Amino acid sequence: MQAEEIAQLIGKSTGVRIFEVEKGAIRRFADAVGDPNPLFRDDEYARGTPYGGVVAPPGFFGWPLKQPMGAPLVVEFPMALMGPLSQSGYAVATALDGGMEYDFFQPVRPGDTLAESTVVKDLRERAGRAGKMCFIVLETTYLNQHGALVARARATTILRSFSM
Amino acid sequence: MAKQIFWEDVAEGAEITPLLKIATSQMLVRWAGASGDFNPLHYDKTFAEGVGVGQPIVHGALKRQWLVQLMTDWIGDRGWLKRFSCQYRAMDIPRAMRTMADPGDGETWVCKGKVTKKFEENGEHCLDCDIWIENGKGEVTTPGKATVVLPARG
Repeated sequence: MQAEEIAQLIGKSTGVRIFEVEKGAIRRFADAVGDPNPLFRDDEYARGTPYGGVVAPPGFFGWPLKQPMGAPLVVEFPMALMGPLSQSGYAVATALDGGMEYDFFQPVRPGDTLAESTVVKDLRERAGRAGKMCFIVLETTYLNQHGALVARARATTILRSFSM
Repeated sequence: MAKQIFWEDVAEGAEITPLLKIATSQMLVRWAGASGDFNPLHYDKTFAEGVGVGQPIVHGALKRQWLVQLMTDWIGDRGWLKRFSCQYRAMDIPRAMRTMADPGDGETWVCKGKVTKKFEENGEHCLDCDIWIENGKGEVTTPGKATVVLPARG
């Protein structure tokens, strides 16, 4: 596959997934971070804060409601990209997580349902010492049940070519 | 929680209260379950060898959330984390478990940060910060940036 065809993947979007935010899932997430903040687990405490109740730590958006069993929650990149990229010689199975950028606009609360959608924001190929690499930036937006923009996330995934 | 910090009380160059973290194989399994990232790279040595990484490594997203905690701890309940970014530049190795409850020897990470800019924007009292995770050798494995809004004494 040619570089131009790879570039055409920019702008491709995934379907919308609906995420459900459960109070127990928030607490388990905070536990796994090792974050004891009562704002993420204690209703009585959280009522006395400006939030008026428990919220999720920034970076937690719940779990997809309709998800086939065994499907990953964390989608490193959309399935539609995998075929073209592996045809271009990239080792999709050894994708590396490069980093994350967030803009946070609204708190995420227990009982929220968030609409998640992702678009391929950028895709660049670079020649590295050990072969070519591809940097993919996926931008995900989260809207809550009131239609408010909750957060925007930009995740960078790094793919290495098979020749490594 | 810690007492509330106010915008007026913070100067450019101020240090963010550091946060110490360790990671054990058990903690990474817990993170896999809580985050939904079940990539065997983070808990299976044979798999990690097979993909050329050599041994299980700490999830980037867990390191991200350590840095988020660094900020939410510091800004308190009346602060707002407005922007956040981090890059996973180097691999970090978890500790093996010595017993069911005790982590073995190994790395302790320090999450750190520093205020780089103090400004007002659209009526909000903001701070830009450099944030990062250092391993035991003092090497930065995970640099990042954060912009926060703090309450003002008014």
